[in-house]
Amino acid sequence: MSEKFVVGYDGSVSARRALEFAMNRARAQGGTIVLAHVLEWSPYSFLTPTELEERHKRRKEEMARAEQQILGSVARELQEAGIPVEVVIRYGNTADLLCKIASELDAVQIVIGREGQSALEARIFGSVAGALVQASPVPCTIVP
Amino acid sequence: MKRIHFTLGMALLALLPGLAQAQGLGERVDSIFAASTGWFVNLIFASVWGVPWIVAWLVVAAVVFTLYFGFIQFRAFRHSIALVRGDYSDPNDAGEVSHFQALATALSGTVGLGNIAGVAVAVSIGGAGATFWMILAGLLGMATKFTECTLGVKYRNEYEDGTVSGGPMYYIRKGFAERGLPLGGFMAVMFSIFCVLGALGGGNMFQANQAASQVREVVGIPEWVTGLALSVVVFIVIVGGIKSIARVTEKVVPFMGVGYVLVALLIIAMNADMILWAIGEIFRGAFTDSGIVGGIVGAIIQGFRRAAFSNEAGIGSAPIAHSAVRTKEPITEGFVSLLEPFIDTVVICTMTSLVIIITQQLLIDAETGRYMLNEAGRIATASGATGGVPITSAAFGSVFGWAPYALAIAVILFAFSTMITWSYYGLKAWTYMFGEGKNQELSFKLIFCVFVFIGSVSSLGAVLDFSDAALFAMGVVNIIALYFLMPIVKRELNSYLSRLKSGEIKKYN
Repeated sequence: MSEKFVVGYDGSVSARRALEFAMNRARAQGGTIVLAHVLEWSPYSFLTPTELEERHKRRKEEMARAEQQILGSVARELQEAGIPVEVVIRYGNTADLLCKIASELDAVQIVIGREGQSALEARIFGSVAGALVQASPVPCTIVP
Repeated sequence: MKRIHFTLGMALLALLPGLAQAQGLGERVDSIFAASTGWFVNLIFASVWGVPWIVAWLVVAAVVFTLYFGFIQFRAFRHSIALVRGDYSDPNDAGEVSHFQALATALSGTVGLGNIAGVAVAVSIGGAGATFWMILAGLLGMATKFTECTLGVKYRNEYEDGTVSGGPMYYIRKGFAERGLPLGGFMAVMFSIFCVLGALGGGNMFQANQAASQVREVVGIPEWVTGLALSVVVFIVIVGGIKSIARVTEKVVPFMGVGYVLVALLIIAMNADMILWAIGEIFRGAFTDSGIVGGIVGAIIQGFRRAAFSNEAGIGSAPIAHSAVRTKEPITEGFVSLLEPFIDTVVICTMTSLVIIITQQLLIDAETGRYMLNEAGRIATASGATGGVPITSAAFGSVFGWAPYALAIAVILFAFSTMITWSYYGLKAWTYMFGEGKNQELSFKLIFCVFVFIGSVSSLGAVLDFSDAALFAMGVVNIIALYFLMPIVKRELNSYLSRLKSGEIKKYN
């Protein structure tokens, strides 16, 4: 079984750097890349009645958009480069879900890019990197 | 048919603001209202053997559902909380409407002025004892809510694009057809008519009215200014589709609700030595003649009536909001919804009532121990305030000087969020009758905005009566349907409970 690298990918520049880092490892070790895209979502947020009604429709649209725009093109690029790839799109908290995906798929590593967050922002909103370092079930690489 | 109604709506729209602004506003609007809706109000609130039949109707229904489902509100209470916490939600469904979200949205339509103003009205007429009957009505109402919301999800319409429409009009039509009963279509339309009226009355005019009078009371801005401002903001949100405003209120309102309860608890805690006395007052008033007009029966009626107006159990409004949840088990939404009357009535209404009693707003004759009445036959208050929000405001204000200002803001926000939610309920009923489409939606929304203004400049009497009457008329149709459809809910319930027991329905967390 090939080793799996879970890459937190959201289409940003830093995620791209993380992906390239993981691609090199995967290529060297003959591993698989798991492209994980998390749509931030809390089941405890408050919605208006109209938002309730349209939620399912919006969710379908968001999933389709994520699949096409971010992951579709990148997944194809990886396949063309000869690296096996899996795509996972989930709703929820980014750090929690990356950990969950990693343990579900028996991955060997999580790779994410570091956002250029200010110290204050990170302090208030918490950072994905910070949370992952605390909670990740597998080694975690944060690509600057 | 559709066309006629549309033109009619537009004509009404052009006419009403003219009427409202023509002269000295308030009383004129109220008298027009009293003249044109009086017969309807009289019919709904007609008394049989001294008891308004509509109140008995709702309570009997709640008792029937409670017994029929074997005290489901107590048996399933813990399971309901587990459902709201998401313990039974499939993680793969993340991103869909959660149980919590449906509950929060439905609650923001019910938690509002009923909890602040309605309760004050109840205790100022029915005395402390009305609280007891209010709580009892809340507890019983949980079973009614359970029944209607289960049906709401089960018989909703799901459209190609993934949106849903649900509510009593849908379960009445489909459920009756399924059981081979006649008149489903007719009753569904009747419900829709009352729902539109209820949306314009209790869901709109009553809210606007109380918000505007509270603003005048506290900061002295005339009603018509607040009314105009409110109707413009409502217009921007529901017609202009500016979701951000609605979203902000949806987020603020739950916190205000929690804040309201906390402040009330604080006042109660500060008067800890009075708690036992207050509870004693509640029981004394509930079972003995405390001097109010109508005696014990008066207390019962006030308590039941205000509870029903506040938590809307049996009215048929909540199923409209709840039907948006995507769940394989309609019954789970019923479980979740039974928490609504509990939170709304048993918790929040009781807080308001306790604060009014503990701060001794209701004047008691020291010699006889009976309530002192004013000329209107209501209990005289310490502050001299009469009716609705002013009494609650005075009660909170007697402890914290800033409370009336906070309450004024709370009242406006509660009123606003209730209006937004009810504009949606009304719209669903409207489009059920006239079909889905841009023009139909727009005509209802415009009428709705006009009524915000009318409600705010009208004096309370006739408006409050009409609001109640329209809401309760929904309950008449809805509950008849619930009686016929309750075996379907029972079947769902039994099947679900046995699968829950066998472990077929599993917990994810």
